Amino acid sequence: MAQVPLAGGGPTPLAVFDRFRTKVLAKVQEPELKRYAVMLLAFGAGLLPLMAGSAKAALQKVPTDGADTLLMLMGSALVLLMTPGLAFFYGGFTRAKNVLNTMMMSFFLMGLIGVVWVVIGYSLAFDTGFNSPFIGGLGQMWLNGVGGELGDAPLADGFAISASSFALFQGMFAIITPALISGALVERINFKAWFWFALLWSLFVYCPMDKMVWGGGYIGPFGEIGAIDFAGGTVVHISAGVAALVSTAIVGPRTTYPDNMRPPHNVPFILLGAGLLWFGWFGFNGASYFAAKGAGFSFLTTTLSASAAMLTWSLIEWFRDGKPTAVGAATGAVAGLVGITPAAGFVYMPQAMLIGVATAVGCYVAVQVKAAIRFDDSLDAYAVHGVGGTIGALLTGALAAPALVPADYFPKSAEILANSGNGGLFIAHVKAVLISYGFVGIGTALILWIVGATCGLRVSEEQENRGLDFVAHGEEAYDPMNS
Amino acid sequence: MKLIKAIVRPTKVDVVKAALVNLNIVGMTISDVRGFGRQKGQVERYRGTEIKVEFLPKVKIEVVVNDDKLAAALEAIQQAARTGEIGDGKIFVMPVEDVVRIRTGETGSTAL
Repeated sequence: MAQVPLAGGGPTPLAVFDRFRTKVLAKVQEPELKRYAVMLLAFGAGLLPLMAGSAKAALQKVPTDGADTLLMLMGSALVLLMTPGLAFFYGGFTRAKNVLNTMMMSFFLMGLIGVVWVVIGYSLAFDTGFNSPFIGGLGQMWLNGVGGELGDAPLADGFAISASSFALFQGMFAIITPALISGALVERINFKAWFWFALLWSLFVYCPMDKMVWGGGYIGPFGEIGAIDFAGGTVVHISAGVAALVSTAIVGPRTTYPDNMRPPHNVPFILLGAGLLWFGWFGFNGASYFAAKGAGFSFLTTTLSASAAMLTWSLIEWFRDGKPTAVGAATGAVAGLVGITPAAGFVYMPQAMLIGVATAVGCYVAVQVKAAIRFDDSLDAYAVHGVGGTIGALLTGALAAPALVPADYFPKSAEILANSGNGGLFIAHVKAVLISYGFVGIGTALILWIVGATCGLRVSEEQENRGLDFVAHGEEAYDPMNS
Repeated sequence: MKLIKAIVRPTKVDVVKAALVNLNIVGMTISDVRGFGRQKGQVERYRGTEIKVEFLPKVKIEVVVNDDKLAAALEAIQQAARTGEIGDGKIFVMPVEDVVRIRTGETGSTAL
């Protein structure tokens, strides 16, 4: 800094200040300003091509990464285990004479949808052949071309996971989603009807939902609405939940409902199933991060939400009824896992805990309302997955942290967040939820109508009394004379 | 000879058995049964939905005794199975015509 000249010869203070301004500042600032200007210009000039580049191709081609791909393969195995886990979870609730049928409604889909997904499902969800934001195409039937000749080609620009591991991972989601619906229909639906319903629903409801949300379609971050769904709050849980709601309304209650209800025949099965679901959810949500390095957060939010929700549900029961039940603890955990699913990679721990608590309260209320209005959503498929998925999806919009929604991967959503904040994203999520309810509701009703007209949806009352294990499969789970 | 059919709480089976064995009454048959009396079942809650469980599990003990041991046996069972609460169960007594030991063909009191 130049020395401030001392006033001399009695100039006014103003004159002193003026001299100070003109002489000192001019001396000091001029070259500085010039230097700043040059630096700014250079910086801007350097940025311009970068910015142009980012607008054009934000995601650079990256080679397939072994660790990231391994995360997907491990995640796939975990998510697969959720389906038998769900079978145990649901199977424990039913009567002993219906447990095999109930479990088969989930377990069997590992066969049916496992084939459907590879043959055509993946293509309908992720191909771009039809050039539509609502449905994929037929170009990747039999996973033709997925992952290149050796299966190790990366999924897309910006993704270091192999396309083949992604197709497998998505297939596990396709299997469990229709399985979730079965909770609304157990102990009365004809297994043949279930076979055709699951097949048609997977192709004409699940695959379009998958395309719309995750396949670059209408609802998702590259589409019109710009909603973000981390691991399936919309695609899996709202889909399955709304389908369960509509199915219950169309198929009707069990003949034993509500006057001749029995307690769950095997509560340990319910706990085993809930435990397997929680374990598998690490793959479901955790691996949906698609990159091993950052997946710690999505694993953490997942388990934290489940813990908070289990605690919440149990405490509600403890205060209201005096005792925390095992079934309630299991249900609360599953509700928390459902709630965090759309948000797992988009929020930090306090928000994850809030989502867990809010979902548990919402699902608890939904279960009470269901019982009060005598609506036979037998195993609470809507009350847990539908309500939990909806709460999770809406809270994801309200709570997503902008830092976790990078514009490269979620362009429309990041734009909404930047322009109108979480309020704007919340509105987008309200739209996404409404579209999902409408599409899934109508699609499910149509499919049930077709299946009902051709196969008949329900078994007869005599068959219902006899038990579906024997009626549908010719087996009994527990032989009373076996000792 | 008399047949004693005692319906007792499942938790009391071992005590009743010990009491009868103390009287040198050996051999009995038990089975898991369900029923209700004045206890009229219980209410259970699952996900907040109340389900009334009307038939509660009990154990039925069947034992055949000589007439001279009947009073002592009834007393022993009653003392052993009693808690004083509703739901302790009941004892029925009925006559028995004959008994055959399958292994030896012995009949009557010697077959007990």
